Amino acid sequence: LDPVLIAQILVILFTFFMVLNSAAVMVLMERKVAGWLQDRLGPYRVGPWGVLQPLADILKLLMKEELRPKAADTALFYLAPILSATAAFGAFAVVPWGAETTFFGLLPEPIKLQAADVNVAVLVIFAITSMGVYGIVLAGWSSNSKYSLLGGLRSSAQMISYELSYALALAAVLLLGNSLSLTDLVNQQQGYWFGFVPKWNIFVVPLAFVIYMIAGVAETNRAPFDFPEAESELVAGYHTEYSSFSFALFFLAEYVNMVTVSAVATSLFLGGWHGPFLPEWLGWIWWLVKLFALLFFYVWMRWTLPRYRYDQLMHFGWKFLLPLAVVNLLVTAAGVLYWG
Amino acid sequence: VDLVLFYGFAGLAIGASLVVIGQRNVMYSVLSLIASFVGLAGLYVLLDSPFAAVTQIIVYAGAIMVLFLFVVMLLNAPQEEPAVRRTLPLSIGGRPLRIGAIFGIVFLAQIVWALSRVGESRFAADPEVVDRVSSVRQIGVELFTTHAFAFEVTSVLILVAMVGAVALAKRNL
Repeated sequence: LDPVLIAQILVILFTFFMVLNSAAVMVLMERKVAGWLQDRLGPYRVGPWGVLQPLADILKLLMKEELRPKAADTALFYLAPILSATAAFGAFAVVPWGAETTFFGLLPEPIKLQAADVNVAVLVIFAITSMGVYGIVLAGWSSNSKYSLLGGLRSSAQMISYELSYALALAAVLLLGNSLSLTDLVNQQQGYWFGFVPKWNIFVVPLAFVIYMIAGVAETNRAPFDFPEAESELVAGYHTEYSSFSFALFFLAEYVNMVTVSAVATSLFLGGWHGPFLPEWLGWIWWLVKLFALLFFYVWMRWTLPRYRYDQLMHFGWKFLLPLAVVNLLVTAAGVLYWG
Repeated sequence: VDLVLFYGFAGLAIGASLVVIGQRNVMYSVLSLIASFVGLAGLYVLLDSPFAAVTQIIVYAGAIMVLFLFVVMLLNAPQEEPAVRRTLPLSIGGRPLRIGAIFGIVFLAQIVWALSRVGESRFAADPEVVDRVSSVRQIGVELFTTHAFAFEVTSVLILVAMVGAVALAKRNL
């Protein structure tokens, strides 16, 4: 068998496994940071500093009883969490997390550290994340419960509204990079201006980054935009009726979605694996640092800001964020035309 | 491998389309339509045009079908009690059905005519053509130069539809 092929398959399996793990790490991070922000210790019983807490959480979830409402639509009820988790993992497939490598000359030709290098990667991410909304909508519909239905409706409305701003913010970067491939876009951000300012897109189109992050929070249904599961109004929203493994899948999907949105932001705005001080083959360390900085921001925001009101969300999305994204795109396009 | 994938995707697309029209539950129809679109997207990938495939998913499966689902969910909210299966109201029978049948036959004739003209596939073989179809840049250039008029007319059409929808839904703004 071809060693390059085997290595590529190993990289794919490793990527999958680490994305799975990242959800566990995120759970721990969320609980720890939440603890610190509220002047508590957070989990500390299971393992040193509570590092085994996610393991305990997962075991607890899996040992719970699987419940299903009598009037639920069985097939769709079980399809929904699977769809959610699949879409979350699928989108990560096109994200590169390191430079091309031969593993210190072990391989005859370099392979890419990502599951799949597609030349329309950015669009693939769109396509797959837009499929993710079906998981939530179907969960809301098939549970046959009013809270779930309301949660599902809210989420579809919210995701459609914010997808536009999200796409327009990305389009600004695509204009700069003149490519749809994440690997190309990352490689264009190599190097420095004036010797010390990294050539990251965030310094060229900071507004696009801000819009992207806000829309990304709304897309992943995180606080302060967590209306699909607003517990003070909707019990738990679209996953009210879910328990045990099905619930775990939704939970997993939410965290993996966060990781994917942050990873895409890292690649598009923060220069991916490029950074000072470290040699090329250790680039993945920079990638992880940037990724977790963004993820920390997510958690920080969740425990700092209160939830918006639903009409405020819609007003903000359509009347402020979208026009802003359009203006940003126009200005970027004019700039590219003028200087490019 | 290509052949297996082709039959897999084609089977998915056709099977799902059959479910769309054979299914009483509107929700399942919408979902199988999505599955059918995904099958089509797979076929596009096999034809070396990932851009068309991804656009297919984003536009149809991702955007339009979410709206469909939205409407279906609002109209067809499930009952608390598993309701008695209702059959289609008979009023749909009669004339609309006959007109629909005529359209169906005309459409079938058109497809047969179109397919008989195609002959062998001379489209994937030419590398230059493949390049032109799969390159986003080429599509953009073609769209904004050769087909600029059609493109603009389409956008006006969509705008008209949008204004019409708002005017119909919101009588008094």
